[in-house]
Amino acid sequence: MSVLIFVENWDGKFKKLSFELVSYGARLAEMLGTQAVALSIGNVENSELEKLGKFGAAQIINAVNDHFDVFDGQAFSALIAGFVKQEGATVVVLSNNNSGKAIAPRLSVILKAGLGSGVSKLPLSITPFIVYTKVYSGNAFSNLTIKTDVKILTLAQNSFELIETENKAIVKNAAIDLELASVKTKVNEVQKLSGKILLTDADVVVSGGRGMKSAENWGPIVELAELLGAATACSRPVSDEGWRPHEEHTGQTGKIIAPNLYIAVGISGATQHLAGVSSSKFIVAINTDKDAPIFSAAQYGIVGDASKILPKLVEAVKELKGK
Amino acid sequence: MKILVCISQVPDTTTKVKFIDDFKKLDTTGIQWVINPWDELSLTRALELKDDASNNIQTVTVAHVGLVGSEPTIRKALAIGADDAIRINADPDDAYFVAAQLAHVLKNESYDLIFCGIESSDFNGSSVGGMLAEFLNYPSLSSVSSVKIDNGQFCITREIDGGKEIVTVPAPAVAIVQKGIAKEPRIAAMRGIMMARTKSLKVVDPVAVDSLTEVVKFEMPKPRAACRFIDPENPRQLIELLQNEAKII
Ligand SMILES: Cc1cc2nc3c(=O)[nH]c(=O)nc-3n(C[C@H](O)[C@H](O)[C@H](O)COP(=O)(O)OP(=O)(O)OC[C@H]3O[C@@H](n4cnc5c(N)ncnc54)[C@H](O)[C@@H]3O)c2cc1C
Ligand SMILES: Nc1ncnc2c1ncn2[C@@H]1O[C@H](COP(=O)(O)O)[C@@H](O)[C@H]1O
Repeated sequence: MSVLIFVENWDGKFKKLSFELVSYGARLAEMLGTQAVALSIGNVENSELEKLGKFGAAQIINAVNDHFDVFDGQAFSALIAGFVKQEGATVVVLSNNNSGKAIAPRLSVILKAGLGSGVSKLPLSITPFIVYTKVYSGNAFSNLTIKTDVKILTLAQNSFELIETENKAIVKNAAIDLELASVKTKVNEVQKLSGKILLTDADVVVSGGRGMKSAENWGPIVELAELLGAATACSRPVSDEGWRPHEEHTGQTGKIIAPNLYIAVGISGATQHLAGVSSSKFIVAINTDKDAPIFSAAQYGIVGDASKILPKLVEAVKELKGK
Repeated sequence: MKILVCISQVPDTTTKVKFIDDFKKLDTTGIQWVINPWDELSLTRALELKDDASNNIQTVTVAHVGLVGSEPTIRKALAIGADDAIRINADPDDAYFVAAQLAHVLKNESYDLIFCGIESSDFNGSSVGGMLAEFLNYPSLSSVSSVKIDNGQFCITREIDGGKEIVTVPAPAVAIVQKGIAKEPRIAAMRGIMMARTKSLKVVDPVAVDSLTEVVKFEMPKPRAACRFIDPENPRQLIELLQNEAKII
């Protein structure tokens, strides 16, 4: 028995979400009275792998293979399923990010194991196994029973705190024997957004809506974001207008994020927008209309004109940071 | 070439959901059902691909697992331009059940490209597309924002954490789509609505499949504390609160 955690790497490195996954998996293993095993596929240095131990992985399986620097959902699923069987894992934990969403459903079919997507806390009960998931675009939650012996969970990003332990993990190297001919996708080109804080990874997000009036007015949003080490985001009409790039669009049809702090400037707070940001720990709203629905989702609000308020906020943060 | 678009029907996106039977069931009174927004966009893209004669696409079919009550939604897809439809006559229990039903029907039909949405806005949670692909042993591409056809192969852009990848994959394949796949959903014109009535909607009996999960109860989100308003003349106070009270910056 064990909890198997799939930890993806980005150019040989892990990031916060990897440690969240391991923290979650380790707690879950504790609940089940078993141990957490982290699985890494690709090329990752030992010093990097050992970091996973600090968050509670008892063992780390290091499945090295050059080919798996390319992501193929079908091949990865087959491979992970093999490790689940080998380790006798009863719960498999993945991230609810792009690759987790590509792997988990396939894994569910291979193992005939029930899937709970986008969980944000530990199971509510172990027997029966009940998880808590977001439904109806965040307008409600469900208590979902997973009825199979093996369970698959994908963990929502930024929903579980990092828990450091004294633990030191054992790293085991594992061979990959998978027929590479089975990989049907061929990657022709990769376009990376370099140097930017990824919206889905960010702890703080500064976001602008139609109330910003035009692309030219984005200066203070970008500046505030830079000062706070934040990512920038926007509402859908803003990316539709081409004021901001599409990857910044948050909401039901854009990115779904859960930062610690979401600052919404000139955003009315339509349900479809809130569907993407309502899991944020704190929401701040700046809007001229005191009745805007965004204020009912926010903890802190300022009723006023963004063009006057933003520069003052920028000044205040600069002072705070001693710049 | 033949394309299949899997559609789910969901409450209109502005619905304030309510539950009955001690929070065990969705209260469907007054709910307006729509095609899941992603599926509407997939259908649009499938029709765009078909419009380009060089792609040589014979038919665009829609498939749905649901009871007779969802036929108006299927007719809407036909009105938008799908050529025909398949409805598997079963209550969609969970994602595994839905995917297994679709897979069973598709085993005997050969579609070159199957579209699914990244997620249905009810509760299956980004599952059906990948599950269906695994049942059929087809490759699946997730987080897809563009699909083109090039010499009988699919040229697909997919989102990865921190960027995009452009990949090619041979038919048959499952594309699980997200934002960008089509600009605006195509809407039904009068002629389409008239024609939809005469298009084929095949009803298929389900096979026996056990669901793997079950919703035992729904919960409403915890109400957030009332918003604390800060004097617009003194926004600095906000920064102080974020630092000292919320302790997040
Ligand atoms: C199927 C579907 C899916 C959708 N998906 C999404 C989605 O994923 N994401 C999304 O964002 N939207 C989505 N929408 C659109 C959504 O319904 C709203 O139309 C949209 O979120 C509104 O964007 P906004 O708040 O920027 O603009 P508006 O609603 O126009 O609001 C602008 C706000 O700015 C305020 N304002 C004006 N001037 C100022 C000023 N000087 N200073 C401060 N405030 C000011 C106004 O009071 C107003 O509240 C979707 C819609 C549909 C039908
Ligand atoms: N009942 C259904 N019938 C047909 N297709 C479905 C059904 N439910 C979900 N799908 C497809 O699977 C996608 C993802 O749904 P889900 O896994 O429910 O989030 C949807 O966008 C549809 O393409």
